[in-house]
Amino acid sequence: MNLGLLLEMVASSFPDRPAVAGGDVALTYDQLHRRAQACAERLVQGGFDSLVYCGPNDVTFPIALFGAAAAGVEFIPLNYRLADEQLHPLVEAHPGALVVAASPPVPGADPERTIDRRELLAEPEPTSAEEIELPPFVDPEDVAVVLYTSGTSGRPKAAWLRHRHLTAYVLGTVEFANADDDQAALVTVPPYHIAGLANLLSNVYAARRIVYLDAFEAEVWLDTARSQAVTQAMVVPTMLARVVAHLDGEPADLPALRTLSYGGSRMPLPVLERALELFGDTGFVNAYGLTETSSTIALLGPDDHAAARAGDPVARQRLGSVGKLLPGIEVEVRGPDDEMLAPSEPGLIFLRGEQVSGEYAGGSVLDEQGWFPTKDRGWVDADGYLFIEGRADDTIIRGGENIAPAEIEDVLARHPAVADVVVVGVPDDEWGQRIAAVVVLAPGVATTAEELQDYTRQHLRGSKTPDLVVFRAELPRTPTGKLLRREVLADLAG
Amino acid sequence: MEIKAGQRLACPTGATEIVVVRPPSSEVELTCAGAAVVDPGTDRTDTAVASEDDMVLVGKRYTDEESGLEVLCSKPGPGPLAADGRLLTIKGAKPLPSSD
Repeated sequence: MNLGLLLEMVASSFPDRPAVAGGDVALTYDQLHRRAQACAERLVQGGFDSLVYCGPNDVTFPIALFGAAAAGVEFIPLNYRLADEQLHPLVEAHPGALVVAASPPVPGADPERTIDRRELLAEPEPTSAEEIELPPFVDPEDVAVVLYTSGTSGRPKAAWLRHRHLTAYVLGTVEFANADDDQAALVTVPPYHIAGLANLLSNVYAARRIVYLDAFEAEVWLDTARSQAVTQAMVVPTMLARVVAHLDGEPADLPALRTLSYGGSRMPLPVLERALELFGDTGFVNAYGLTETSSTIALLGPDDHAAARAGDPVARQRLGSVGKLLPGIEVEVRGPDDEMLAPSEPGLIFLRGEQVSGEYAGGSVLDEQGWFPTKDRGWVDADGYLFIEGRADDTIIRGGENIAPAEIEDVLARHPAVADVVVVGVPDDEWGQRIAAVVVLAPGVATTAEELQDYTRQHLRGSKTPDLVVFRAELPRTPTGKLLRREVLADLAG
Repeated sequence: MEIKAGQRLACPTGATEIVVVRPPSSEVELTCAGAAVVDPGTDRTDTAVASEDDMVLVGKRYTDEESGLEVLCSKPGPGPLAADGRLLTIKGAKPLPSSD
């Protein structure tokens, strides 16, 4: 199986059904398919070995993704809002790519190999005399998508997802064309996030209409959901927190909305409980997964949420879980010495299944039996509900965005007034986590929290600016100089 | 004919097209509407007739338990699908609430 086939099947079965809409552009499944084919022909004709997508989540995203799949080349979505110095090395790592850009030029890209994304929207020319041959066979073993994750090292890692991983996820969870023709999905997650990618594949295979909203604002989101009669929507916890704050106790008034799914980071319970009250009959779904697992591997479904809404004490407790594993996914919870733990004992979470890739540009991290170490900590209760405590490593997840403390620490450490610094995530109801920097000042030099925040903002994007800066005389370290982040957190909480 | 994952195959006497999701553990003869499947690019006819029960349905997965073969129908048409004469069965779907 390869990704191109998913769209091809829907386009041949439901050519006239609305497929995607974003801004003032709307395409049917046939129109989307023909544009993707034209994109594939452009890739084959130009001899490109990959497609780098530097654009927003709108109609050009599926054209570029399915175009790359049909041409049998890798699709690499990048965050086009990254600072130039961060985007440059990522683009440069793919010299054979066609770069599809929201606004050329793109740092690190050859202008000759860069096109404005709007070129992909044009009505394809009728097939010319010399037809361009697309590859008749795309190997399921081929890498379909490269997603950059931010790991603990602070340097983005290129996660590889092969056609077989992504199609295993789609075939295992979505029944072909199971959406009625009145269904519409509202998408606000970006294309360079695994949720944005998996979301697109699932909705296409279900033959559902997709409505893209690029910039998230609570009021616009609500208005769009209402005016487009959206039936399915997916949000990260930060978005839901904003919607709940915007509603300010008033009902959401979205009678068409059947399912609201959330994921990407830990949902603060107070936000979820308020949302359950305000969203009336909407079914809630909590989805847990990672880039390396081709997105969702566990779900807490509408029935569990409804039971919690009705006050069932067990169900209320399970609201803090990510639900049950998808069919075909196995989990092991292991202790520090790799030993298997009993139900309800917390430890490190390992996953296995056909959709689990666990592979990076540098190699696979799967063990010999195919287990993927998620580096998340958690446990499974006696009935199979999976609870996630958080990352075993120190990655901060702020509003669904993974932020490596090391990257911020490196910037702050360069400031002349900073002698020592540690950056940690502190729990936060709106963002999941907020960024806190604990700073030891250099002797005889003064600075302020505001100055250090400004300094960080100059070097990294705004979402990586510490929300909180505190000063201490020293940082807790082991005799070997290793930082004791847990003690830092305890200090901040206390 | 050797059957590999991702390969596209077609009914020589009808519109039916399939894709191999999982290849068989050992070589089998895969047939559709009684004739050995072929590459979709070859010349095909439209002569097969099948009862409603024997139609191959788009989006359904068909499996042969004995060989482990699993295929997905990408274009509907006459069937049935069979591996060494054993009829392939529809794989039960497990539709989930839309998570994304």
